Amino acid sequence: MRLRSPLSTARGLGSARAGVEHWQLQRLTALANVLLVLWFLFSCMALAGSDYAEVRAWLASPISASLMVLLVISITVHARLGVQVVIEDYVHHEGAKVLALAGVTLAAVGLAVAAVIAILKVSIGS
Amino acid sequence: MAEFALPKNSRVQAGQAHPAPDGAKRVKRFTIYRYDPDTAANPRLDSFEIDLDSCGPMVLDALIKIKTEVDSGLTFRRSCREGICGSCAMNIDGRNTLACTKAIDDVPGEIKVYPLPHQQVIKDLVTDFTKFWAQYESIQPWLKTESADPEKERRQDPTDRAKLDGLYECILCACCSTACPSYWWNSDRFLGPASLLQSYRWLIDSRDEHTGERLDQLEDPFRLYRCHTIMNCANTCPKGLNPAKAIAEIKKLMVERKL
Repeated sequence: MRLRSPLSTARGLGSARAGVEHWQLQRLTALANVLLVLWFLFSCMALAGSDYAEVRAWLASPISASLMVLLVISITVHARLGVQVVIEDYVHHEGAKVLALAGVTLAAVGLAVAAVIAILKVSIGS
Repeated sequence: MAEFALPKNSRVQAGQAHPAPDGAKRVKRFTIYRYDPDTAANPRLDSFEIDLDSCGPMVLDALIKIKTEVDSGLTFRRSCREGICGSCAMNIDGRNTLACTKAIDDVPGEIKVYPLPHQQVIKDLVTDFTKFWAQYESIQPWLKTESADPEKERRQDPTDRAKLDGLYECILCACCSTACPSYWWNSDRFLGPASLLQSYRWLIDSRDEHTGERLDQLEDPFRLYRCHTIMNCANTCPKGLNPAKAIAEIKKLMVERKL
């Protein structure tokens, strides 16, 4: 028997006073993604047929390298926020949910770091 | 994980067929979900063939006719029969609506009648509204003020009054909330379109003095932000309201008070 009033159940642990930042950042990164992905596609088309040296020269430009890093960060942040929503929607086992959220965060950070280092290595390094 | 299949004891089986009476000319078949909590039987689908020449124009008229003439055990809620009480909300022809304002002629072929989706069924077309009402109560749907009570009425500018249009008409029939996939999967924490539309009705009421506290209570990843603008709520509302827009307005207020 559940001796809790329906109102007590509905109120639960109360409001988390959070969610606005998530919502804002998801929309901001969505906008950034549109612009950056468009730039990336045009760059790819412009670079079509180029050899390795030409692509390295393109990525050596501070503007190209900066935008590439921004592209990677914006996409991984946006993906992380989106997958978080999917997990919160469908995973109802608390333990599995916490693990999945932690896993997605670590994967996103790992992916972003690896991609940024790769970009910098091609752009600056040997 | 979310459950996508019905549990074994909820699988719907074939039920009884009640053929049309002799001499019936305009026959319409109603297939109706039946569940009797007093037996261990699974839910079933009964079919009733009705002579439309001796029946009112709405689906509710047919349900009342079936209850009166064919099967008195058929259980459903109804009261005003004119779309203002919200009692006869059910799933008709695959869409949540009010049986009293849904015309029989609007549905070609047989008419399938189910209880509101993803609610606990008490009996036949009657579902348990306990959680729905508790969520409505939790948003404190009444005028909250700190100022001393005025001698007469609390006055409101006509333009401020106009902001309540499209909100005050909500009759809390739960068609929207029970049509919302986010509410299906997370109704224990997501308030659902009905309670959120009602929240917004009090948030933008110029006479209310607890706007900030109301927003505080809604600022939650589950209570508010489970809404992913799926729009089933606006699609199904039998009163033609747009809960999704009201929710979007709440999200805008959340940002507005930070900027």
